[in-house]
Amino acid sequence: MKKPLDCPELNADTWNSGDSLHIVNISRRTFLKDLALTGFVLAAGFPALIRADETAMPSEKEKYGADAMPHGWVDNPLVFVAIAGDGTVTIICHRSEMGQGIRTSLPMVVADELEANWLHVRVEQAPGDERRYGNQDTDGSRSMRHFFMPMRRVGAAARTMLESAAAAQWQVPIEEVHAEQHQILHPATGRTLGYGELAEAAAKLPVPARESLRLKNPADFRYIGKGSLRIYDGQDIVTGLAQYGIDTRLEDMLYAVVARPPVFGGKVLSYDARDALKVPGVVKVIELPSSPPPADFNPLGGIAVIARNTWAAIQGRKALKIEWDKGPHGNYDSVAYKAELEAAARKPGKVVRNDGDIDAALQGAVKRVAAEYYAPHLAQAPMEPPAATARIVNGVCEIWTCTQAPQVSRERVAKWLKLPEDKVTVHVTLLGGGFGRKSKPDYVIEAALLSQAMNGRPVKLTWTREDDLHHSYFHTVSVERLEAGLDTQGKPVAWLHRTVAPTISSTFAPDSKHQMPTELGMGVINVPFAIANLRIENPEAEAHTRIGWFRSVSNIPHAFAIQSFVAELAAASGRDPKDFLLDLIGSPRHIDPRTLGDTWNQGESPEIYPVDTGRLRRVIEAVSREANWGRVLPNGRGLGLAAHYSFVTYVAVVVEVTVDEHGKLSIPRIDIAVDCGPQVNPERIRSQLEGACIMGVSLATLGEISFKEGAVIQDNFHTYQLTRMDDAPREIRIHLLSTTEFDIPLGGVGEPGLPPIAPALCNAIFAATGQRIRQLPIRDQLRKD
Amino acid sequence: MITLNINGKPRQIDLSTDTPLLWVLRDHLGLTGTKFGCGISLCGACTVHLDGEPTRACVTPISTAVGKKIVTIEAINQDATGQRVQEAWLALRVPQCGYCQSGQIMAATALLKQNPKPTDTDIDTAMSGNICRCGTYCRIRAAIKQVAGLTEVRP
Repeated sequence: MKKPLDCPELNADTWNSGDSLHIVNISRRTFLKDLALTGFVLAAGFPALIRADETAMPSEKEKYGADAMPHGWVDNPLVFVAIAGDGTVTIICHRSEMGQGIRTSLPMVVADELEANWLHVRVEQAPGDERRYGNQDTDGSRSMRHFFMPMRRVGAAARTMLESAAAAQWQVPIEEVHAEQHQILHPATGRTLGYGELAEAAAKLPVPARESLRLKNPADFRYIGKGSLRIYDGQDIVTGLAQYGIDTRLEDMLYAVVARPPVFGGKVLSYDARDALKVPGVVKVIELPSSPPPADFNPLGGIAVIARNTWAAIQGRKALKIEWDKGPHGNYDSVAYKAELEAAARKPGKVVRNDGDIDAALQGAVKRVAAEYYAPHLAQAPMEPPAATARIVNGVCEIWTCTQAPQVSRERVAKWLKLPEDKVTVHVTLLGGGFGRKSKPDYVIEAALLSQAMNGRPVKLTWTREDDLHHSYFHTVSVERLEAGLDTQGKPVAWLHRTVAPTISSTFAPDSKHQMPTELGMGVINVPFAIANLRIENPEAEAHTRIGWFRSVSNIPHAFAIQSFVAELAAASGRDPKDFLLDLIGSPRHIDPRTLGDTWNQGESPEIYPVDTGRLRRVIEAVSREANWGRVLPNGRGLGLAAHYSFVTYVAVVVEVTVDEHGKLSIPRIDIAVDCGPQVNPERIRSQLEGACIMGVSLATLGEISFKEGAVIQDNFHTYQLTRMDDAPREIRIHLLSTTEFDIPLGGVGEPGLPPIAPALCNAIFAATGQRIRQLPIRDQLRKD
Repeated sequence: MITLNINGKPRQIDLSTDTPLLWVLRDHLGLTGTKFGCGISLCGACTVHLDGEPTRACVTPISTAVGKKIVTIEAINQDATGQRVQEAWLALRVPQCGYCQSGQIMAATALLKQNPKPTDTDIDTAMSGNICRCGTYCRIRAAIKQVAGLTEVRP
């Protein structure tokens, strides 16, 4: 049973509740102190070595993958591993845990190469400090993709140091010793030394050169590729001891909620706090300034209520009387905006890819098919809403928060508080879900400003669910218009796709009206179809709210439209949707994404990560086989197929639906086949894909954020509904395309499962009922009264 | 000043009696295992047991909890069924982010104590008040069936 970390008397961040002892987080300062006190020896604190890593990185022009991320990667064992005299191995996890299992999977990689026994491993969460740990932006499905190899090297280097120390002690050549499960063995003499016994001597040795490291043969992996370990935080989660951002407790702490402008870009005209201050427990009411555009990660401003508990703060906020200036977006109306997007999609727009002669091909086509697809704004709605706790003591700000962006949080807080960055520490708690919302640290800055306004006293800021739904950085809203020309055999000879959606770049540069390469590269410009005449256009769309990342981002509307349209074309040609899709993809080949106009390629090298239509075909064939595609189903039941390539991973899905005589939809089964390259922790890959299936069903059937008079209409989970157990798919079958290779590049896992769910579901509904869904969410479109 | 019986111990509370139990647990007693998710009884993250009944702490004024046995996630391992539920949750690796799982475990424990062999419909009825945004429903169902000694029927 894993217990909360002990040594509370040493830790100023501990709060004794009487019933149970909660460690908020171990600060780096405390961690280092522990190391000194307990004789941890493979310890941290050698900045010169870290700089050496940075200089070892490739030059600017050829940077891809982790090299191209801010602060790149670090593989120094002195940064990531500490070994105590009792043999306890402490491994730092520098990426945020939000349900993907990264606090299990990354340390597991280190432990495997280190030959550490997992029972004697403990995991510590790194604070935000990218110069020390490498990039910490936990997004883009890249934690394992970017850090598998650095973490292997961390483990291998530490193992080598232990082997060297043992060889020196025994005065034998290092070739004669080897590491095995927390011991170094000398088989010739039968001698052994435990890691704890060797730690002190090992720490005095130089870190071996990266090129000299002997990585394990994959056949010798104990944990990697096995999926046999339990979730590191599982015990704390099931006993209620796990600490999320919202759970932080500090001595003398106050609690805050904020009334923010209902309309993005609005501000406070006047307010009356007299009634709020009469609410028992309310301590103070503070005005937070609004920020001029761009939105960036700046707080929205508003009126904060500070109280002795969260409930009093919420009651105090209810008693505020505030007059708002709505600002320039007070007329934002989702019904009118949809019509605007449709109008834009019906006219030519900025050409972003143009192969062949689309106009001639359309004119010469035997049959033309056109369709428009609408996908609304979404809110990430992590079950834990945004929350952060800050305190400022002697010019040093400490923050505890659930963030996907610890370094960005630190930089922004330093800027807002006008403190040097090294006077700001961001402790990363567990995240109760993230899905992109917690990549934007507006709430972290709010907490810091409120603590500052209270002279540094600890303040915990909690967003209520209403705050979360009203003030997210919303998933975009889009109209995708597709038109195709078919020849006499029903084969597409022309493909015109107009994609219209406000862009995430508008959050940082308000005049941006076109999708960025990163958005177009999410399945629309890099569509891998073998069609000679193809044009992609991106007409303008203006943003009226904060647009931000939502799990899978623009892949959601793009996959929904493209994979629905392919099935519509198959129907128009009278062909089986699977055969039609495979023909459209064409022969197995490697496509350089740059030849498709995709200069981004998910940030990865086009040589290492070409678009591989063979892999896309294989997942389609695998899922069709597993789902028994083509089986005859009675009326009202149907199968739908969709495939999508995103985050350099190939996914295909078959959804089975039943639609009863009243139009009630149920989903007995989903099959999903995934080729994500090497599978480091297959068990957590499966859980991510199960979750993607359910989130995909949720957004397709229920998900919609809409605006009226500039403000979000939905308040809470009665109006912004999420799929519950009774409507969830009853069975989800995960088919991981097997590989035993670990030297081929890794694909992403957290996001790529999501995009094909909605179109596969809608294609299944078409198969079951003949009804084509072109507007999400499905909600009551199937109802027959 | 009122007295609440929480996890078998009397606790003195000096707050207005309309304060929801959730905030007393979290902010005053430090029992943060009971989670805030919606505040209006829509998501189940704050589920506790009141005399064995699964109850949403976010809409339960402490006045109505007086004289009742309040059990939170921190003490559910003292119940034999609760412990088996926790073990099944670990064995099947149910949690992803884990935030809703306190409430899920409290709801599942209450279900299994009242109905040791629940049908799929019983599970739907008992568990559909608890939202999981990560999407762990299939494993929750499997874990409940494991505790009940039922095996999943696959078509």
